[in-house]
Order: sequence, then C-alpha cells, then structure tokens
Amino acid sequence: MAQALDEIKIGGLGSSRKRVEDDRFLRGVGNYTDDFKLTGMLHMEILRSPVAHARIKSINTAKAWQIPGVHLVLTGEMAAQHNLAWMPTLSYDTQPVLATDKVRYQGQEIACVVADDPYIAKDGCEAIEVEYEPLPAIVSPQQAVAADAPLIRDDKEGQNDNICYRWEVGDREGTERAFAQADMVSSLSLHYPRSHPSPIECCGSIADYNPATTKLTVYMTTQAPHIIRTAVALVAELPEHMIRIISPDIGGGFGNKVPVYPGYVASILCSILLARPVKWIEDKSGNLISTHYARDMYIRGELALRKDGKILATRIHADTDNGSSFSDAQPSKFKIGLFHSAFGCYDIPYGYQTAQGHYTNKAPGGVAYRCSFRITEAMFFQERMIHAAADDLGMDQAQFRRVNLVKDDQFPYRTPFGFLLDSGQYEKCLDVGLDAIGYDEFLREKEQARSRGRRLGIGISTMSEPLGAGNSREYDILGIKMFDAAELRVHPSGKAILKIGAKTQGQGHETTFAQIVTHELGIPAADILVEHGDTDHTPFGMGTYASRSTPVAGAATAMVSRKIRAKARKLAAHLLEVSEEDVEWELGRFYVRGAHDRGVTIQDCSMAAYTNMPDGLEPGLENNAYYDPPNLTWPFAAYIVTVEVDPETGVWDVLRMVAVDDCGVRINPMIVEGQIMGGMTEAYAMANMQFMTYDAEGNCVGSNYMDYLLPTAWETPGFELHEVVTASPHHPIGAKGVGECACVGGPAAFVNAVLNAIDDTGVRNIDMPLLPDRVWEAIQYKHDISGAPPVKTG
Amino acid sequence: MEERRVTVEVNGDTKTAEVEPRLLLAHFLREALGLTGTHIGCDTTNCGACTVLFDGKPIKSCTMFAVQADGHEVTTVEGLSMASELHPVQEGFKEEHGLQCGFCTSGMMMTATALLEENPNPTEEDVRWALSGNLCRCTGYQNIVKSVLWAAEKMRSEGVVRR
Repeated sequence: MAQALDEIKIGGLGSSRKRVEDDRFLRGVGNYTDDFKLTGMLHMEILRSPVAHARIKSINTAKAWQIPGVHLVLTGEMAAQHNLAWMPTLSYDTQPVLATDKVRYQGQEIACVVADDPYIAKDGCEAIEVEYEPLPAIVSPQQAVAADAPLIRDDKEGQNDNICYRWEVGDREGTERAFAQADMVSSLSLHYPRSHPSPIECCGSIADYNPATTKLTVYMTTQAPHIIRTAVALVAELPEHMIRIISPDIGGGFGNKVPVYPGYVASILCSILLARPVKWIEDKSGNLISTHYARDMYIRGELALRKDGKILATRIHADTDNGSSFSDAQPSKFKIGLFHSAFGCYDIPYGYQTAQGHYTNKAPGGVAYRCSFRITEAMFFQERMIHAAADDLGMDQAQFRRVNLVKDDQFPYRTPFGFLLDSGQYEKCLDVGLDAIGYDEFLREKEQARSRGRRLGIGISTMSEPLGAGNSREYDILGIKMFDAAELRVHPSGKAILKIGAKTQGQGHETTFAQIVTHELGIPAADILVEHGDTDHTPFGMGTYASRSTPVAGAATAMVSRKIRAKARKLAAHLLEVSEEDVEWELGRFYVRGAHDRGVTIQDCSMAAYTNMPDGLEPGLENNAYYDPPNLTWPFAAYIVTVEVDPETGVWDVLRMVAVDDCGVRINPMIVEGQIMGGMTEAYAMANMQFMTYDAEGNCVGSNYMDYLLPTAWETPGFELHEVVTASPHHPIGAKGVGECACVGGPAAFVNAVLNAIDDTGVRNIDMPLLPDRVWEAIQYKHDISGAPPVKTG
Repeated sequence: MEERRVTVEVNGDTKTAEVEPRLLLAHFLREALGLTGTHIGCDTTNCGACTVLFDGKPIKSCTMFAVQADGHEVTTVEGLSMASELHPVQEGFKEEHGLQCGFCTSGMMMTATALLEENPNPTEEDVRWALSGNLCRCTGYQNIVKSVLWAAEKMRSEGVVRR
C-alpha cells in the first residue's frame, strides 16, 4: 500500500518549518546592500539642508572639488542638465532630487559628493558653501491654509495655495438623513502623529553603469524592485531591458523602502557620469529626516447613534500633512489610500468622508508604514471613536461592538463605500479575546482597585483591514496594475526553483513560498529554492508591502503549481498507460482510479518531462502564472490590552496584551506569530513613545535614535496570541494578509486602555504617543491633550 | 591624513593594518577586514547592530575608533560559530524564530553571548535587561528572549562555556 505523504513533515501548509533564511544571517554572511564591494567602487554622501524653508542664493562647491580623493560634486543645477533635478512621486506630484530653487524641508538634498571613501565624501560635503535666504516655515495643515501662509510649491504652475488634493467619498445625502434620525451623535477629534517606519538598516544603493555594455545594474534597498526598474527607465530615460535592479537582503522595510529616493537617483546619475560603481549608504539621521514618513493626519468624525447602540452612519473629515510633496505611496485612484475602509467591520448602512491634503515644510511621504495605504489611521480613528461612543451611550465596550459587528451570515458583506468583506467570524474573535483576558473579572478588579486609589484600564480594538491589492480594475500604482507573478521550474530530479516578483524584508518568503508549492505538488519544501529580488531573473511583480505578498504573489505561486500539476498529470497518464481522466491526485502522487497502489510520484513525472515524454507533449516542466486577485483579503483581529496608570507620574504599564488574529489559513504558524508580535510592538511603540514632530522653525524633532524613541526588550510587553481561522473564499489556499494587522489595529487598544483607566476625568482624548507628561496633565487638569506641533506666534 | 598601525586580534587571528585615526572600529571590521556580519544601524550608539565583544565585553563598534582597539581582542559574529557547527546562541535564534530581517541579529547574539558567559542561568528579566541596548524592529523581542533562554538551557545541559 502506498504511504500517503505527511504534509506537515515535508514542510507544507501549516508547518512551522524553520526558516531557510536564518543560517546566513546567524553566521553574519547575509548580503545587505552595504555588504557589496564592487571593483573600482566610489562612495557618495549627501549634503542636506539645515533649514526648513529658504531660497537658495548660492552654492559654492569649489573647495569640495579641491579635496584629494573627491571625484565629483553634483548639484541640482548639474542634475537639471540631465533632466534629473526633479522626479515624479508615486502620487502624480514631483519631488526634487537635488534642490535648485528653494529648500522646502530640513534635511532636503542639496548636493552630493563622490569620493574614494565615505569619509572623504563627507569632508567634501562639509566644504560646500550654501547661502540661504530664510522663509517662514509651515509645520501643520492649519498653518498651511492661513491667509498669510507663504506658497511652498511656487515651482508648480497653477498652484496658488498649499493644498495638494481634495477627496470625497460615500453617500452624503443618505448620511445626512441618517444623522437627522439619530437619537444621539457622538464625535471625536484627534491627531495621528507623524511616524517613521525606521527599519534598522537605512536606505542605500550601489549604481553600476557599464559604458561598454550600456547596462545599468543597481543594488538597492527596495521592497519593489520591478516597479523601480520601470520607474528608472522612465525617469532616467534608459532602455528598460538594460536596467537590472537587485534587491539583496533587506534590513527591514515596513514601507520605508517602497519609494524612489533622491539618493538612489543621484547614485545612478553619478555612476553614469563617472562610469564607475557608486555606493550610497544613508546615515540614520538622513533616513529619519528625509525618507518617507507615515501618518500625520488630523481626523474629526461623528457617529449617528440609536439609543440601543446601533450605529446608523459615519461622517469623517481628515486633513493630512503631506510635507513638501504629495508623494503618498498608494493606488492612484485614491487620494487618501484606503482610509474609507474605516468602520468596515461594523454593519453601518451609511457613510461619508472628505479629506484635504496640505503642503508643509516637512519631509514628503505618506508611505504605507506597515499598513495597506492609510488604513492605520482609519482603524485607529475607528476604534477610538467606537470607544468614545460606547462611553457616550453608557454602554459596555464589548457589547457596543457586538451590537454593530458584521455577523457571520452577512458575508460577503458590502460596506457603504463599496468594499466587499470576504469572510470572517468577528464575534467569535471578540469572544476568544474577552475570554482570554477574563473581561468581566477584570472590570470587577478595576472597580476594586479604583476604590484603593489605583487606576486600571482595559482597551479593546476590533478591526478588519483590506489587504492584498489589487484587483487590477481598481488598483494601480502610476498606471501599473497591481497583480503579481510566480515562475516555477521543476528540474528532472524533482527539485524546483520558484521565482517570485515579491521581495522579503524579513517576512520569510524563502521559507513560506516553498510551503505553498509543497502543498500543491507534494515536493518537500527542502527541495524548493525560492528566488526573488533580481529583476533580470524573476517575473514582474509589484513588490512586498501592504501585506500583499501572500494574498497576491502567494496566490500566483499556488496557481503556477497547479499548472505544473496539470502537465504532470499528462505525464502520469503516459507513465501509467491510462487515459488522463483515469488519473487521480493525492499529495505528491498520481494513481490510477480504483487502483491506489498503481501510481507515480511527482518526481517520476518531472523526470519523464525531460526523458520520456509522450508524443506531442512539449518537453519540460516549467511554467509561470500572473495572478490578478478578484478581491482584497479581509483578516480580522481583536486586540485587548490591560494597563495600570500611575496618577502621580502619568506613567502607564501594560499588564496584559491579548491578540486574536483571524488571517485565514496560516502557511507557517511560527512566522505568522512572529509577524503579529512584531506588529504589536510597533503598535505599542506608537502608543507609548515613537513619534516625530517639528518645532515652530521646522526643525525635525526625532532625527536620531536619541530623540526618535523605539521600544527595547525592557519596555516591550509580553504578548498572548490566539487564533481563529476563517479561510478566504477567493484565495487559492484560503490565506489572508497578516503582517500589518497588529500594527494597524494595535495602537487603539493601548490608548483605549489608558483612557479607560482615567474614565472618571472626562478626558476624551490624549494624542499619541501617550507620554507620561501628557497623561499626567490630562489627569491633573481634566482636559484633552493635543499632540499637534507648536505654531510660531508673533 | 596620517595613518597609524594597529594590531588587533580578531576572532583569534592577529590582524595588522594602517588606518586613519578617525576610522571607526565598525568600518575597520567591515571594510579593512571584510567582516560584514557586523552591521551599522544608527551612528549614535543606540541600536546596537554593530555590537562586538571587546576583550570579552560587548561594545558598540560604531562609537569606537579602530586605533583604540590596538592590542585588544575583538570577537565578531563570524567568530561565534566553529566551522559548520552553530553556537548554541545561534541555534537558539533559529529554533525560537528570534530573527526576521536579520539586521540586528549579529549584535543581539553578541550581547546575548556575553550575558550567558557572565550569567549561565538568567531569568527572562535578566535577558530583557541585558538586551535593552540592542534594538529590533521586526520581532517584538519575545522570541529573542526565548532564543537566549533556549541557548542558556542548552549550554547548561552541555556543561560548556565557549565563545
């Protein structure tokens, strides 16, 4: 009797197989961009603006050129001769590569120096003399629209104000009618502070233009190598087949490594001008002050409520601080990403949203930091608003959510903004979380503690987020439709290479994507090599961000495996000397219907594909698949946090943190849990300490790790993880995205918990991060705390 | 700039080089010696990605000059494993999924190695305190802590202390 394969043992779906990436990192022999050393390579450093807003009167580079070892000093004027002083952003705006007319934010790139080593290049930057004529700095949307505000983007024809977009979505009239019928209206205003993804590895590139072959090879820290190739072809006007982007090991991305940055473009131009490889490795300060930030959104919204707790409608307005360029990394159809996914997990018939974007004298960005395009702000506002509304109604936090959550029998559920939620068991997730935390008992404990002067609090955050863009009808970036591809080559001996357009930055694609092939074909995961990150050797893909790898590239991997299986079936029929219709499949093996013992393995078929194919069948066992997802995947999560607040100091400690994630079928549970814990830590960071702000002069506060605080092992709480599994009905293996859920849904749980602990003060909101002085002030003076940057007066 | 001769024992081998006085130890290890397992994350001694052992103690090599290492012993991540065999700390990180992007991992493991030499039986709190000078953006630390405890257990059961 033929023995059935044990899928877990061979590393298939559901196996927590150890990561194949680990060994090279553990031995210190990974290949990050800075680890490459090319023959004849020079080093580039960037001179940045110390001021936020100023006209450039002059740039004198003479002294820099005189330093021995300096090969090139590149200014904006020189870049302009190659039509590269400006470049397009991902939101149809422009951004300077090197400043020519003005500087518009502190840290903006002014000039580059290329030298024998980075130390000399830095000497060169210091020797450049720049004369600035200061202009008033704008650091908030409120300031940007003031009557006397200086025009930031005077380079743009027809731009007469500091507004970069206006956006409206939903049913305005229906929403107004619902508000008119409400028993009660609950409202909330808050600021989601500017944050920076801040991977530990900064950005960098090595541009290697070979004049003999005219081929440009760029090693770079990019999450989306294929889009970069196309962008470089368009921006630098180079033929696309002569551009090769290699994205080697990446030291964390979190969305920061999606855009094209001036440093990348400058290193390419310098390499072309010098005909030598040019390496640019950013320092931390450069990364924090100039590369794309996230969030920085002022949100006010209202819920129309019925007395019994039913929500009738939502109305929200958002003002975004976009910095000096509108450069959100987002699908082009949407001006504020998928912000209209807010309140999606609740059954609310009407909704209406407006938004306005503003130019300010701050670094450009609006990158999707561990986020599927502004959904982090959406879910944070949603869960803060839900918390406030439950309090307004005098209703229990869990019960208010239960009344409004989409019910199991309502799927697929269409939201008022047109999204289609694919599947879920929302109440079950909430129940698992409440049970795990011991909800009722904690509420009793809280009351008892309060009577003894101790402040305990509990915060809930429930949310579903749209992950895995496209479909291609609705989602594109700069016109390139959002799909993904996979190519699978099964060698004669049954070992295989899978090539994907997605790119890991720590998510473990080399481990998990093999598991999808194993699930589909029964080839042991250890026999499958996953290649990615080299545009010459992998099929086109949109890259890894917005939790889209498993939903899209993962689906493409399953689909190409099925194409391989279909061909293998023909080979099996040939080997078994039966007709194809009489061949049955089980994991890793075909057999004759009704005669289970008469079978051939997938490895027998692969050998036959090269040695013994039937007449008329094309040789080989290789194929590719492009996957255009029919819908987004909609994971759901319930995060519950308990805290104790010290009223004397405003310091709050996390007592417990429970996470219940339903991300559909889990490919590698170990890796999924790692993603959830990582995301939850960033959620805790944003709630507790991590933010970037600006003073009234436009100086960035948060330009290094002494000011931009990240939690360490000491502060970070422990996590208790639980799971519920509802398969995605449209994903080939039932999986959903997960990498960002905790980072998106987590912050509100922490903030709600702290506000719950001080619920007798009447304080409705404290802007993140909930620094001790903010919490102390809220308790002491019983008022809300704004985190907006200070505005210069007088 | 005038160069100085430095002699440093790196991973058991004596290395001599002429270096500028301003050359950071991290750059010396990476560029002059090609030991790129030591990473540079922040330039301000906060992130700990560049942690190496200096005469057995963990230090951040981005804040020390190469000339200061003259006559001293340095151990980098490349010196942690012997041939094909992983050090228990490396094994622990693999077993407990203590790394994702891998960028902070070298520094984390060097700090953990120093901790376990000093304290072979640490509590979770001991581990969290010892690692609090090393930042990780991916894992949330929980699995890193488990990795170190796994290594401690293994090293105790084998009765070996090695580096």
